[in-house]
Amino acid sequence: MGKIMAVVTADKEQVAGGAPIFLVPNAEELQKVAFKLEKILDASAHDLQNGVMILVDHKSSSE
Amino acid sequence: MLHWIAEQKYTIGIVLGVVFGMLARLSMLRTDYRQYPTYPHGKIIHISLGFIAAGLGAVAVPSLLDKNYTAVTFLTVAAQQFRDVRNMERQTLSKIDSMELVPRGATYIEGIAMVFEGRNYMVIFTAFVTALFSIVFAWYWGIIAGILAILLTNHFKSGKSICHIADVKTAQVKMDGPNLFVDDIYIMNVGLDDTREIIRKRGIGLIVTPKNKNCRVTIANIGQRQALLHDLSTIMGVYRDEGEPSLLPLAKLDMGDGRLAVFLLPQELDAEKARKVLLQSPVLESAVRMPSEADVQKAGKEGA
Repeated sequence: MGKIMAVVTADKEQVAGGAPIFLVPNAEELQKVAFKLEKILDASAHDLQNGVMILVDHKSSSE
Repeated sequence: MLHWIAEQKYTIGIVLGVVFGMLARLSMLRTDYRQYPTYPHGKIIHISLGFIAAGLGAVAVPSLLDKNYTAVTFLTVAAQQFRDVRNMERQTLSKIDSMELVPRGATYIEGIAMVFEGRNYMVIFTAFVTALFSIVFAWYWGIIAGILAILLTNHFKSGKSICHIADVKTAQVKMDGPNLFVDDIYIMNVGLDDTREIIRKRGIGLIVTPKNKNCRVTIANIGQRQALLHDLSTIMGVYRDEGEPSLLPLAKLDMGDGRLAVFLLPQELDAEKARKVLLQSPVLESAVRMPSEADVQKAGKEGA
C-alpha cells in the first residue's frame, strides 16, 4: 500500500488532517509545488482531478 | 598407446568424465545480454564449481564398480553443495536488485538461481554417464555417451519464450487528463504536466495477448511481468533515474480478458524492436500454471 507523503491544493475546503498539506494560490502554482515535492520526497505526484494533488510513496509498500 | 589406455580403465574413465562434465558446464554457461554470471569472476566461480561437479560425477562410477556403495553418500554432499550455490546466487542477485533502475523481481531471481543449481546436476549426470560408458565398455564409447549427454543437457537448458505463449502487438500510449492508457488499458495516474509531456514523447506501449487460459495465468503473474519489464529495459535502455518516481515502466492487466498492457520508457524509441524483444523474453518456470490440467475441467484440455 502506498503512503501519502504530502497533499498540495489550491482549495482549502477540500483537505484536512493527516499528511502535511501545502496550500497554493492557483493551478499553475499547484503544478510547480507538486513538481518540486516529487523530486524532493521521491514520491509520485497524482492528480485527483478535484484541484488536489497527492504525493504517494509507492516504494515503501513493495519493500 | 591405445593398449595403455585400455589398461588404465578407471583413470581414463574419470578423466573423460571430468572433461565432458566441464564441456557440458561450459556449453551451458552463456553470458548474454543479461551479463550474468558476471565476467570474469562470476564465470570463474561457476567454472570451478562445474569442475567439482564433474569430478563428483566421474568418481562415483569406479566406487560403485568396486562395490564401495557407501561412497555414493558422497553425492549427498554434492547436493548440499549445489543447494548452497543456489542460495549464493539468490542472495547476490537480491542484493543487487535493490540497486537496479528496473528490478528483476523475486521470481526472476529465483528462476536464475534454480538454473544454476540444475545445471550443476546436469554436469554430474554428463560426467557420470561418460565415466560409466568408458569404464564398462571402452573409452570411445565414453566419448560418444559424453557427446550425447551434452546434447541432452543442452536440450534441457533452454526454456520457453513469450512467443510460445502469447501474441504481442504495438499499441498507442494515450493521456486522458492525468490518466495514462495503453490502448484501452489503464496504467496509472500521472499528476505532473512535465511528466505527462515526457510520457507523450517517449512512451511506448505494447499489448500482450495470451494464446490460451494457461498462458493467461502466466502472463498475469507479477514476477513474470517484472521480468518482462526488466528484460525490455536492459535491451532497450530506460528513461529513468532515481528521484523520478513517476517515470516508471509498468505492466497492467485487463482483468476482463487477460490482456497485458506494457508501458515502457525506452532510450531507443523503436516500438517494433521492443515488440521483438518482448517476444523473446523468457517465460519463468515458477510463473507457469496449468488450470486446464485440473480434474474439474469438463471440455477437454485446452492449450495442451
